[in-house]
Amino acid sequence: MSNLNLANIARTPGGARIDLVMVAEMVERGVKVLDVGCGDGELLRLLGESRGVDGRGIELSREGVNECVAKGLAVIQGDADTDLADYPDDAFDYVILSQTLQATRHPRVVLEHMLRIGRHAIVSFPNFGHWQVRMQLLFAGHMPRTDILPYSWYDTPNIHHCTIKDFRLLCSEIGVKMEKAVALNAWGSPLRLNAPWWFWNLFGEQAVFLLSRKG
Amino acid sequence: MVEANLSGPREAVDEPHEADHPHDSGIAHFGADKPLKLDAGVELTPFQIAYKTYGTLNADRSNVVLVCHALTGDQHVANLHPVTKKSGWWETLVGPGKPIDTERYFVICPNVVGACMGTTGPASINPATGKPWGLEFPVITIRDMVRAQAMLLDHLGIETLFSVAGGSMGGMQVLQWAASYPQRVFSALPIACATRHSAQNIAFHEVGRQAIMADPEWRGGRYRLEGTNPRRGLAVARMGAHITYLSDAALHRKFGRKFQDRENPTFSFDADFEVESYLRHQGFSFVERFDANSYLYLTRAMDYFDLAADSGGVLANAFKATQTRFCVISFTSDWLFPTSESRAIVHALNAASARVSFAEIVTDKGHDAFLLEEPEMFGIVRGFLDGAGKSRGLTGKTS
Repeated sequence: MSNLNLANIARTPGGARIDLVMVAEMVERGVKVLDVGCGDGELLRLLGESRGVDGRGIELSREGVNECVAKGLAVIQGDADTDLADYPDDAFDYVILSQTLQATRHPRVVLEHMLRIGRHAIVSFPNFGHWQVRMQLLFAGHMPRTDILPYSWYDTPNIHHCTIKDFRLLCSEIGVKMEKAVALNAWGSPLRLNAPWWFWNLFGEQAVFLLSRKG
Repeated sequence: MVEANLSGPREAVDEPHEADHPHDSGIAHFGADKPLKLDAGVELTPFQIAYKTYGTLNADRSNVVLVCHALTGDQHVANLHPVTKKSGWWETLVGPGKPIDTERYFVICPNVVGACMGTTGPASINPATGKPWGLEFPVITIRDMVRAQAMLLDHLGIETLFSVAGGSMGGMQVLQWAASYPQRVFSALPIACATRHSAQNIAFHEVGRQAIMADPEWRGGRYRLEGTNPRRGLAVARMGAHITYLSDAALHRKFGRKFQDRENPTFSFDADFEVESYLRHQGFSFVERFDANSYLYLTRAMDYFDLAADSGGVLANAFKATQTRFCVISFTSDWLFPTSESRAIVHALNAASARVSFAEIVTDKGHDAFLLEEPEMFGIVRGFLDGAGKSRGLTGKTS
């Protein structure tokens, strides 16, 4: 099961997922990238084709892994929570966690490992502070279900939801430098860069952060 | 121990033997000037390697795929076997248009040192005595096999391998190739294998060896000289090993508790059950094509395999700074080389920052799955080689 309902995620006219295009644009050309939770390999393929990167992937689902490997991608079956510890320091230029943070058991540990293994980390996640989510909890009184987060509370893979504000707090708590951030509305359009954080937190359906180690 | 009905018709011992005169294979001779330096501290000289090739070598010699065979395999990967008249052991995977495509790649498969299909082994004649080597043959290791294969490639004028592929003992050779000659290996496909033989696997091998040595016809390994053949011992060894290649589920699916050609039990030790009859057949047909002493030597080579121990106890050091790209494959029902063993390989490769793919395939066919019809494995091998081929500039057909 995918963490998000990918059928309802915003796409470019060419069919590429806008959140992945945003991630790809944050990556320099020709670098070494680890995609944690790489799914069917769409981002790795995009990075290989558009940025010429040397990409590797980890994916939890066996179907996803086997599909990736059959496409010629360097992907292994593994778990972000347990397997990142095996990688040596500075093994990659970028470590990407795309729409997976909320499905990990220990998001903070995962984030720390990402910035140990890679010089940069890119994290994208669905914003649980989005107004639609807030409205459902406030007025309907049940755990929110949206187009991209359609799961019931009892069978969701997403066990650690956070808001854009929560994520920023975590970054400052573990001393991570935020280099770039983008929030996308429900149609996949980026919100105004100079908008205040509270605006992003209310109207951003997804967020993408480029991080690096401090100092 | 099953003794009934295991003594089939005896072969004449002096008839031409595959060990010295392999049908239909290339032979590379290595004289006194090119001894094989063995881990046991001695040199094997002279010796020969029997091998098969498929496909066409391209102009810059960059399309070579080395296929390494398993314990009881041989060089006949993708052609009719000269002794059993059965199709090649990896014809599902190797051939024109197959995942290891002989229209694109030049495939070489050598018979390993210590085996009995034309490469020097204990059944070969020791030139110093004019008699079969028997137990005077030095103990060999997986590393020795690979060293000999490297000498074969030198002999054939091939510097680098586009890929090395193999399952089980073949997979051990693949890992050893990547560790011993990283600069010669562009890509590696270790399938259903491990970086060391487990205690359980050593134990199974020991049972097989003891079955052979308990056969009175073994004669301390001198059976070829004395005109005997430890057929029962080797057949029992094969029967025991064969169980480890399958799975409980596969045995149940194939045989269940079905009787063989009868309605009721005979209240005897006949092969009442289909599974017994099947195992006896497996044991019997095996002794027609395999040398008992070779079985001792090759199982020993697998037992001694421990890549981490050769690298100061740290497995990742075996692959330090490797540029080779790896594709590791395991099978869910393989209890001889379970997925945890493949995962250990992957962890070590990650720690060495190697480019590695790893797929586990769902099947109930056990360890043998790597030899069988597994479409998912075919797709993965094809995709991996295609991807590696693009990076290597290998795209078109050569034949």
